[in-house]
Amino acid sequence: MKLDNIYKEEKKSAIAKLSEIIITMASRPSGLIGLSILVFHIILAFISPYIAPHDFKAIDPTLMLQAPSAEYWFGTDDLGRDVFTRTILGGRTALTITFFGSLIALLWGGLLGIFCGLVGGKIDDVVMRIVDAFLSIPWILAMLLIVSLLGTSTEVLIPALGFFYGKGIVRVARAATHDVIAKDFIVSAKARGHSNFSIIWNEIIPNVRDAILVEGAMRWSWMLLGFSSLSFLGFGVSPPTPDWGLMISNARGLMSFAYWAVIAPIVGLSSLIIGINLTADAFAKALGIDRSTKAPV
Amino acid sequence: MTDIIQKVKNLSIGFRSKKGDEILILKNISTNIKKGETVGIVGESGSGKSTLALAMMGYVKHGLYTIGGECQFNSSNLLKMKSKDLEKIRGRKIAMIPQNAGQALTPNLKIGYQIDEALQLHSDLNEKEREKKISELLNKVRLPSPETIALRYPHELSGGQQQRVAVAMALAGTPDLLLLDEPTTGLDVTTQAHVLELLNFIAKDTGTSMVYVSHDLGAIAQVSDRIIVMYSGEIVLEGPSRDILKRPIHPYTHGLLKSIPKLSLAGLPESMPGSQPQPGTIQSGCSFFDRCNFSDENCKNNSPQLEFLKDLNTSVRCFNYEKLINENQVSQTVNKIKNKSQDKEILNLSEVSISYAKQKLLDQIFNRISDDNPTVKDININIKKGETIALVGESGSGKSTILKSIAGLLRTKDGLIRFDENRNLSSDLKERDPNDLRIIQLIFQNPDESLNPNHTIEEIIAQPLKLYFGLKGEELKKNIIDLLQKVRLGEFYTSRYPRQLSGGEKQRVAVARAFAAKPDIILCDEVTSALDVSVQAAVLNLLQQLKENFGTTYIFVSHDLAVVRAISDRVAVLYQGRLCEVGPSNDVYRFPSHPYTEVLLGAVLEPDPDIKPKLVAEDIVEERPPEKGCSFQGRCSRIVGDICKKEIPPWQLTDSGNAIRCHIPIKELQKEQF
Repeated sequence: MKLDNIYKEEKKSAIAKLSEIIITMASRPSGLIGLSILVFHIILAFISPYIAPHDFKAIDPTLMLQAPSAEYWFGTDDLGRDVFTRTILGGRTALTITFFGSLIALLWGGLLGIFCGLVGGKIDDVVMRIVDAFLSIPWILAMLLIVSLLGTSTEVLIPALGFFYGKGIVRVARAATHDVIAKDFIVSAKARGHSNFSIIWNEIIPNVRDAILVEGAMRWSWMLLGFSSLSFLGFGVSPPTPDWGLMISNARGLMSFAYWAVIAPIVGLSSLIIGINLTADAFAKALGIDRSTKAPV
Repeated sequence: MTDIIQKVKNLSIGFRSKKGDEILILKNISTNIKKGETVGIVGESGSGKSTLALAMMGYVKHGLYTIGGECQFNSSNLLKMKSKDLEKIRGRKIAMIPQNAGQALTPNLKIGYQIDEALQLHSDLNEKEREKKISELLNKVRLPSPETIALRYPHELSGGQQQRVAVAMALAGTPDLLLLDEPTTGLDVTTQAHVLELLNFIAKDTGTSMVYVSHDLGAIAQVSDRIIVMYSGEIVLEGPSRDILKRPIHPYTHGLLKSIPKLSLAGLPESMPGSQPQPGTIQSGCSFFDRCNFSDENCKNNSPQLEFLKDLNTSVRCFNYEKLINENQVSQTVNKIKNKSQDKEILNLSEVSISYAKQKLLDQIFNRISDDNPTVKDININIKKGETIALVGESGSGKSTILKSIAGLLRTKDGLIRFDENRNLSSDLKERDPNDLRIIQLIFQNPDESLNPNHTIEEIIAQPLKLYFGLKGEELKKNIIDLLQKVRLGEFYTSRYPRQLSGGEKQRVAVARAFAAKPDIILCDEVTSALDVSVQAAVLNLLQQLKENFGTTYIFVSHDLAVVRAISDRVAVLYQGRLCEVGPSNDVYRFPSHPYTEVLLGAVLEPDPDIKPKLVAEDIVEERPPEKGCSFQGRCSRIVGDICKKEIPPWQLTDSGNAIRCHIPIKELQKEQF
């Protein structure tokens, strides 16, 4: 048995697998860039309260709309607040809310999708038509309704965003399950008499997990954009908490003579979204899923 | 040297591994294809035969690249040619017929349109001439009524007809060289024989050279003048087809021919040990060394060169071929199957009918299936403890459907499935208790699909052990290793994933998983048809041995009559979900038999140039079983008259205890078939 050594591959722990995936991701230039941007933003979100040079809510009428200088790196806004401080702090809320939001979206969307794919038939039909019905409602209007009824607290925003962004995951998870369900190993498990729960947990989830995780990562970046839109409209974070969407909204009218107040949050927001997107793509490739050949669901 | 049409010179094709090593898929291949000659390229999966055929039309698969050598066609190297020039050659000079014609035809275009497209590209005919040419081509590939076929869409044709259309399209450009990549592999036995006969006719009629790539020596034997045997990216044997099939002088071909089950010989053929090395793993010595019965120290250290033997007109890559020259013929020894089948009945199907018809609302409410003409009807089979019964028939004969119903995966419409003489098995999976499920286990056709790719072998085999016996910890581990050893895999396989195993090893794991449940009955659904020939014999031998040790009963489904002949005690022949003939396998394979069995037996391809298939009936495909009368009336060549269309034929017993369902009296069948 000469081939033994060549094909030997021990079962790896979850950490070993994860680090292997991350190394594969980083071996691509796009993956490395994406990962670095994402990690930079996450670190920044943790340390920004300690490194912020100014108080983010200190209003000073004498310093209104100052151009960037040595003291105020990114200039000041219409209330004389430091744009740099507000920019590095501005991603924290968005990142936290959307991270937990996409976790919720993944959980309910993924599980419901797998369940529908497995049981099929009438239940699947009914559930999917309900999901379709929700997909046809413009999410932003529905969000505005929820937020104006229940307020803009984190406890409301996370589950609401999680709900609206999970609908798409249901479809992806269901489609991925349908791919697996026809395979003989599922038939074999059924013929042996395993319970539905055991089939979902042992046979299906390991085979659809990758597709769903990648979809979740993509949803994260969309949710970030969605959440910033809410803030932009004034329904996300309430002032004076620094937030990119809110900052863009405030400074947009002054763009023609105080461009600095609007450019910094735009760069922050778009770089984070690009970072997440590139990471998700590299993640997909590292797992062997080629998104370029798949039609968007 | 004008009669050489394609010249392959020192061709090496390979890829670069992650570490940067050059790994060769084809190693220094040189061969010539002469004008009007049919060359068969045979080898196991991964031997490089398809890569070689594609290179002959100047195509190298994505990810591979040419390392050296050339493919000369009309004295220009195809592998260096610009794609514009290649376009002119492909289709016009060299045409290709793919394995799966169903996928190669565009589904939304009519057959006539697709052939016309090929004609527009590859010929200079005007519209009127093209019209004529289309029906001419369809006539040539013997499709009935070309005018109507040309207006059909691919999905309206059967697999055999689609393959014929592919042949017609390839002939549209009147090519000098035709490359065929496993053109009959996905087809039924009868259709396969018909397509091969057509190819033979075309080769003679048009004088086109053909390169026929296949893993099936039976098919190769029927068409080719010369055979090239490939192993691990090298040509190991090349010579006239008769000599190679009758007197192979390379140990690999020798072993391969020995491991193919034959109709004339009951019992299991000898198997070849091991499997083909993965590309890039052989450092020195002969690549066949591991599996060779004739090897010595020299073979281990030195690689043999391809040597041309003038008196035999054959090239061989072996140091010890002389030993084989003396062994005149391939003398096949078989292990006779010894089954201790008892009189005790273990499974009884009585009046079983299965329907795929969609239930109407009312029927759904009353939980019944109403269908006057179900897919499978009136199946009565007694299965004795310890025997192997085979269900044979073409695709659509309902053999897998019956298996699914026995396993409880498909509800029956009528009838009873009884286990152990008195225990009724419900046809609904959910109503069976765990023990009912344990006693019947399934082994599937394709181990790639039946093993979860994300589980290790240990996890896969542990599932039935945990589910049925609740084993844990050390005891579980011990049982798993025990099972692995029983299927002749070592302990170190436990931590591997299915993707790291070869096809034969994967199927062994599937066998181990089935035996883990300690079942009384194992349902084998085409278990060897996805495997290479050399591995097939090993798996069959393993199944037989396990059966002898455990006294298991097998229900074996296969379309391959030779494999069925080798392993089964009794055979049931099915057509359109109705039984045609049931009996001990010795008698089913002997005349007189049901007209359908006669058709099946006639179509079997044997790796022997002297045995030609007998084409008894047309290869029409029937969509639905007939409403009344005999199930085989549509294709029967011995139809008696109206009685066949109106009345279901009676069961008749032959002298040897073989039951045939036909209106023709046994005596007359006997006269006509001998």
